[in-house]
Amino acid sequence: MDQAFFLLFAAASVITALTVVLARNPVHSALALMACFLQISAVFILLEAPLLAVIQIFVYVGAIMVLFLFVIMMIDVREAVLQRFLPGGNLPALVLLVLLGVEMLVLVLWSDRFSVTEPVAMRGGDQIRQLSTTLFADYLLPFEAASVILLAALVGAIVLARKEQG
Amino acid sequence: MVPLWWYILLGVVLFVIGAAGVLLRRNILVVLMSLELLLNSVNINFIAFGRYYDDFRGQIFAIFVIAITAAEVAVALGILVALVRNKSTLKVDDVTIMKG
Repeated sequence: MDQAFFLLFAAASVITALTVVLARNPVHSALALMACFLQISAVFILLEAPLLAVIQIFVYVGAIMVLFLFVIMMIDVREAVLQRFLPGGNLPALVLLVLLGVEMLVLVLWSDRFSVTEPVAMRGGDQIRQLSTTLFADYLLPFEAASVILLAALVGAIVLARKEQG
Repeated sequence: MVPLWWYILLGVVLFVIGAAGVLLRRNILVVLMSLELLLNSVNINFIAFGRYYDDFRGQIFAIFVIAITAAEVAVALGILVALVRNKSTLKVDDVTIMKG
């Protein structure tokens, strides 16, 4: 049952990811990316990480994709639709990609470290409670640093996108 | 139960697709979206390893990756809006002002 669901979500996410890269129109890319994020959040639920699945939907589908669509709306993509698609003169990048993919596939399939099937017994109790306790106790300093980074990015984005005065 | 290497394989495939988008496409918007795809494939790996080795740190790292990604996208799209206002182009090849 789990395996069938995983195969379904994985196939859908790979197809939508290919659509992101291959689509000519950036709007189609953005919508396919949204579908891909939804599939990935379903994969997170299969991994028993419901909090991460919800964060994925809120942050990626809710915030980041809306930001992308707003920017697409603000700028003119008609010229981008017409431009040449996947230029063929980029052979080194293509070779590099094929090498990268083959290398990672061979390493993953060769190694026996990844053949763990049964996860270690889940610790009992409220998983999200334990997760947040760990996050706010042991990882408090990185958490605060992340919030400062978000604030800096907010201010920076406003300053960058503002019209220059004079 | 789904074996661990299925998840790793999904991460690998999504990573290669995202890298293809970053390296082969010339549209800045599509390059940024492919970057999101790359970061997401890494998140799948983090959470899968965290689940199969019963460790919360995978999920915590994934939360930090998502937070930093949100910051990156905000700044990148701000830069993109400023760029389009000044130069009116969406192709990566046309933005070579800082080339030595």
